[in-house]
Amino acid sequence: MIIFDRVSKRYANGREALTNVSFNVHNGEMVFLTGRSGAGKSTVLKLIALLERPTRGAVLVNGRNTQSLKSRHIAAFRRRIGVVFQDHKLLADRPVYDNVALPLAVAATPLKEIDKRVRAALDQVGLLGKERALPLELSVGEQQRVGIARAVVSKPPLLIADEPTGNLDPDLSLEVMRLFRRFQDVGVTVVIATHDHHLVREFGQRVIVLENGQVHGDAADPLPSVVATR
Amino acid sequence: MSFAVAGGRHLHALIGSVGRLARSPLATLLTLLVIALALALPAALRLFVINAQAATGNFANAVDLSVYLKTDVPLGKAQQLAKAAQGRADVAAVTLIPADQGLEDFRRYSGFGEALAALKDNPLPHVLHVLPRAMDGSAATLESLRRYFSAWPEVDLVQVDSEWVMRFNAILEVLRRLLAIAAALLGVGVLAVIGNTIRLEIQGRRAEIEVTKLVGGSNAFVRRPFLYAGVLYGLGGALLAWAIVATVVAVLGEPAATLARLYGSRYVLRGLSREDIGVLLGAGVALGWLGAWISAARHLRSIEPRA
Repeated sequence: MIIFDRVSKRYANGREALTNVSFNVHNGEMVFLTGRSGAGKSTVLKLIALLERPTRGAVLVNGRNTQSLKSRHIAAFRRRIGVVFQDHKLLADRPVYDNVALPLAVAATPLKEIDKRVRAALDQVGLLGKERALPLELSVGEQQRVGIARAVVSKPPLLIADEPTGNLDPDLSLEVMRLFRRFQDVGVTVVIATHDHHLVREFGQRVIVLENGQVHGDAADPLPSVVATR
Repeated sequence: MSFAVAGGRHLHALIGSVGRLARSPLATLLTLLVIALALALPAALRLFVINAQAATGNFANAVDLSVYLKTDVPLGKAQQLAKAAQGRADVAAVTLIPADQGLEDFRRYSGFGEALAALKDNPLPHVLHVLPRAMDGSAATLESLRRYFSAWPEVDLVQVDSEWVMRFNAILEVLRRLLAIAAALLGVGVLAVIGNTIRLEIQGRRAEIEVTKLVGGSNAFVRRPFLYAGVLYGLGGALLAWAIVATVVAVLGEPAATLARLYGSRYVLRGLSREDIGVLLGAGVALGWLGAWISAARHLRSIEPRA
């Protein structure tokens, strides 16, 4: 599903965010990406979503090498990846329904199908009945769930999330993580960048630890020592 | 993608664009007004040229020469000369006006009848009225004919009767050129206005564009509503321009008719023809689309999602 092969990323300002990073994520796997701020978590996600391209090495996602993808194919590439952000990036002037429907609208989905899928996605995140609300009328946790509904509405095989619980209290965080877990249960590959060790430990999934742009640990069943040092 | 789905997407984008324009009515109206004025000016100028041409059309083609023979040339010789002139390839018709007839006409039309009756002899010469074949009444044709007749020993004077018509035609030509230049400049102006309006709209919706691209919206998808907005601006401006020109024609109709009556004409001011309106609306739509496209191509590419 995802292959990082000796990937380095140097930004225009000269900062090297990733150095020689290699790892694989298999189909249907759920992986946590942890590390301090600036360790390179966000850069990994950006490389997966093709918001950035690697300086060296290769990133393969859904079987496509992002380096050789032509710019006119980027849109179709991104449609196969659901992305959840810490600040959820919802359109404040559009109701929940429109926000969730956006990935379907850009993919030329028939209106009837859009309606069905938007409702299904909102149902999955427990927000059915909030279609007409504007994002700012919702609580922070609800907004994050709208973001998740938008990420999964087009049923992408891959879901990536950047600090999805960063603004949530522990209870809400747990709830959101369980939601991700449920998508994994139905076969979606999930990659979550987070610095919340308690949550990571609670879920007992594979953890990739980044430090200073390098893979510092990669454990299918994380040893407490690996996580605890973070 | 099926036609129905594609149509639905376009309809959706169109409705969205109409909605956004309607949400800020004052700004939209001001933009439309600027576009309308820029389109109305060349349209009005064109109407002016068309009307000037049509109103004077009766005599614009009547460019001819009067060849005055010397007074001692007898009528028989004058008839010979008329026949000779008729033989030329560039002469369409020659009418001989004998001195007697000339005097009679003068008596009838000039109002000097009494005074002329006191004259012992007819002071008028025989006159050849020459109509050139070239219907364009070009200056070169007339000049060559004038020189040709002037060279005859029997000829006293050659007068090009309709010099003012030629001048008038030349003025119209200048106006027509001016019209083309004005249309081109104002067209560029419309492009700039629409392009700038679309640029502002793109900036205002930056977040939306980023998110749309992030969830897999193609450049074409992102561009579509802006192209529709451009077309709507152009079309709306053109419709407003049509209304402005129609109003101008209606307001000028009465005084123009009075003016025509004073010149003994029953000329009625012409408005925009169906073709003119088609061209006006078509130009509005094309300029709107092009302006939006240029702006979108320039500014949308630079907006890429950041995580």
